[in-house]
Amino acid sequence: MGMAVSQKILANKSKKDRVDFGEIVLADVDLAFANDITAPISVDFVKKLGVDVFDKDKIALIPDHFTPNKDISSANQCKVMRDFVKEKDIPNYWESGEVGIEHALLPEQGYVKPGMLIVGADSHTCTHGALGAFATGMGSTDVGFAFATGKSWFRVPESIKFVYNGKRNRWVGGKDLILYTIGKIGVAGALYKSMEFSGDAIRELPMEDRLTMCNMAIEAGGKNGIIEPDDVTFEYLSERGVLKDSYEVFKSDEDADYSDIVEIDVNEIEPQVALPHLPENAKGISQIGEDIKIDQAFIGSCTNGRITDLRIAAEILKNNKVAKYVRLIVIPATVDVYKQAMKEGLFDIFLEAGAVVSTPTCGPCLGGYMGILADGEVAISTSNRNFVGRMGSKKSFIYLSSPAVAAASAIAGKIISPDEVIR
Amino acid sequence: MKFSGRAWVYGDNVDTDVIIPARYLNTSDASELAKHCMEDIDENFVKKIKKGDMIVAGYNFGSGSSREHAPIAIKASGVSCVIAKSFARIFYRNSFNMGLPIFESSDAADDIKDADEIEVDADRGVIKNLTTGKIYKATPIPEFMQELINAGGLFGYAKELLNK
Repeated sequence: MGMAVSQKILANKSKKDRVDFGEIVLADVDLAFANDITAPISVDFVKKLGVDVFDKDKIALIPDHFTPNKDISSANQCKVMRDFVKEKDIPNYWESGEVGIEHALLPEQGYVKPGMLIVGADSHTCTHGALGAFATGMGSTDVGFAFATGKSWFRVPESIKFVYNGKRNRWVGGKDLILYTIGKIGVAGALYKSMEFSGDAIRELPMEDRLTMCNMAIEAGGKNGIIEPDDVTFEYLSERGVLKDSYEVFKSDEDADYSDIVEIDVNEIEPQVALPHLPENAKGISQIGEDIKIDQAFIGSCTNGRITDLRIAAEILKNNKVAKYVRLIVIPATVDVYKQAMKEGLFDIFLEAGAVVSTPTCGPCLGGYMGILADGEVAISTSNRNFVGRMGSKKSFIYLSSPAVAAASAIAGKIISPDEVIR
Repeated sequence: MKFSGRAWVYGDNVDTDVIIPARYLNTSDASELAKHCMEDIDENFVKKIKKGDMIVAGYNFGSGSSREHAPIAIKASGVSCVIAKSFARIFYRNSFNMGLPIFESSDAADDIKDADEIEVDADRGVIKNLTTGKIYKATPIPEFMQELINAGGLFGYAKELLNK
């Protein structure tokens, strides 16, 4: 019996020829990171052990959640992190003005490569599987353990293979594919399992859409999301100066053992919207069947705050105005995205339309700041979670969608298809 | 080790955003976090919990964020353990790391009602409903998790590893 790509990476990093489902391995970590919310506990773990970090080039500390510091407590958490970085002389740290959302920043800056084993103290660490790495989110203590020892323990997961075939319809991107998938299997449909995305439609999918898909593997309970590297991957890496001999490519064997194979016909997928309060409540936009008025639209987050996301939003917002009493908040995920968007004139389009553009931050996605919802308010958001209270009041309602749907909805003041703006 | 207390029952997919909303994550202080435990799913939670009480829930308990603040808040609120049909995987790891005992049992989760008096024998994995007299069996803890506990948690395990 062959092995799936996730198994192969875990075997390689635990120096074994093969690993089997359910087996527990202690594996070498290539990159471990934490953010301003999770790092203080990881830092504390290392300090209590009284040791150095295992390899300062293989750890990263990214103050992205509540920065620029939203209040005194947040500032103190950032300070714990910054003091640790200074003390240990850790190079991979970004201050406000350089920092972006961790899961957008790390791939963009060439830190993520195929075949790596990555742990992050953030559940959306699964994003990095888009480049053919095994990447999974853990708690702060587990990441503190990795900071100190360079290792982490893993229970080898079973893999589910998702095969996407067919041609994407207009406005359908990675966000729609993954929302559709979660709608099909449910929020615990891949609990403890690896989600391997494959098929012709994935091969046609640009890297930023792949990152969006892997980002939401956790929303189906998945341990990781992964896409085998191909020319799209190699080109993305070479654009970032990542040399081909600096990484190893793993692919699933033909006879790999999958717990399930799910075939998805992409031709049938229209732009998706996940209704409150779970990502599994995904529906095709034509199936919603009622007018849903919105108070706020948010375009950003580690799911959809990249340059291609902003370009699509700008295409729709151009020469249009945000509806009266609706707030449209646009947050580029990183400084490079911010600069590029500015250079391309996207900010002019956003500002003309009546949107507000913020510095990179996780901000409103997790109800931190920069766009909190009031009682009874409704938002459409390009982020990844529409749980109760996620973006503010527990009496608010969040609908998840792609940037195209969010932009169109901001113009209409209610949830609509982008086709209604650009025919 | 034995736990006893009243059960407080919730449904499926209790996520970390309702266990401890992100608006309170500007600290990792346990007693601060405990003040807001389960606030967005049950605003009376903190008021009604007595030391030793248990949370009983359905599938996928602790889904969502990797925040360790969730098991920290639950533990510091006085809850002795959580019984659920299943746990989200990051929450599962975090609970062990934070020393919050968790038990998987579909029978118990289906059967137990709010305010039932429950006793849990952690070593034997036996859950007893003192109100109804029913007994349920929890899924045994994986061997490796038991080794981790024996090593003094992840901290002890790290020490062992670094001294090798």
